[in-house]
Amino acid sequence: MKAGALALGAAALTLGIAIAGQAREQKVEGLRPVSAFAGIADPGARSVAIFTEMGKVIQHPRCVNCHPRTDRPLQGDAQLPHDPPVSRGPADRGMAGLECGTCHGPRNVAFANGKGSVPGHPEWHAAPIAMAWEGKTLGQICQQIKDRKRNGGKSLDQIAEHNAHDSLVGWGWNPGPGRTPVPGTQAQFGELTRAWVASGAKCPAG
Amino acid sequence: MATDFTLNGKPASFDGDPETPLLYVLRDHLGLTGTKYGCGIAQCGACTVHLDGKNRRSCVTPVSMVSGRQVTTIEGVAGKEAEAVHNAWVAIDVPQCGFCQSGQVMSAIGLLRIKKKPSDSDIDAAMAGNICRCATYVRIRQAIHDAAHALEA
Ligand code: FES
Ligand code: FES
Repeated sequence: MKAGALALGAAALTLGIAIAGQAREQKVEGLRPVSAFAGIADPGARSVAIFTEMGKVIQHPRCVNCHPRTDRPLQGDAQLPHDPPVSRGPADRGMAGLECGTCHGPRNVAFANGKGSVPGHPEWHAAPIAMAWEGKTLGQICQQIKDRKRNGGKSLDQIAEHNAHDSLVGWGWNPGPGRTPVPGTQAQFGELTRAWVASGAKCPAG
Repeated sequence: MATDFTLNGKPASFDGDPETPLLYVLRDHLGLTGTKYGCGIAQCGACTVHLDGKNRRSCVTPVSMVSGRQVTTIEGVAGKEAEAVHNAWVAIDVPQCGFCQSGQVMSAIGLLRIKKKPSDSDIDAAMAGNICRCATYVRIRQAIHDAAHALEA
């Protein structure tokens, strides 16, 4: 028990350090607010600039890793293939006998024996293959996000709502010890998405 | 506050830090050492138990997560799939050193409960998270096929 308590103590310490580290990184790697784009007079150019800012979130490993183009998600900032070698399965929740829920629970769980954590959320799963982002340009991802056939049938307003409030999206800002969070806050990401929609939802070229 | 759950069909309780991994509770506090500690970080599968009948890595399961739920370990797993897997394992002597095997057996039973006639690729996918240092993979796959056939008969 003593060793266990020590291990847990160490995990708590790591968590503290990780949170401090995150706060520092967020300052460096923030999101520019909607007001920063007000000076761009042309709505189309403004829309593209706002989506490019949103791309800091969308193309972050925390988001892309679970939008894989194959059946296997990625892991870590280096975006290596998920280990153990899992497969998305018929409902994007893993394969019979090795489902996402075999390891991932309803919340992040810090390892009891060292640094890091296994990430978790009540709805933990991979994005459907139609929503694959891995290896795509920001312009391609933008077109995909607007396409109801590839975005889960969502209107642009629903996309804005999803980005602002969906709690699995929100996991990106709270990824657990050992993982870099996406920049900014979910509220900022939601505001940027609303401003992008309001300015015509234009996509970057390419 | 104590965490109460059902362990192998009987009431069990753990009065300690609710973040304690279920694996530590099973082995260190409740004396059930059949479930093994391999890595502690969801990489090897040695700690696999069933939570409400499904495969679950107990090393990354805080005991608070099993409150009010059914936990089954290698010591208590039962039913026709368990019997078929047990017999198939013995028939072709699957284990070598044995360390990974309780996890392998639990994962195999969990698979057969969902997939009655798994293909080679179903087996590979389900067992991909169970590492065997002795590389008994070929016999594991054979024994799962044998158990599936026995269940069909
Ligand atoms: S000990 Fe749990 S997966 Fe290795
Ligand atoms: S039998 Fe030795 S590790 Fe699997």
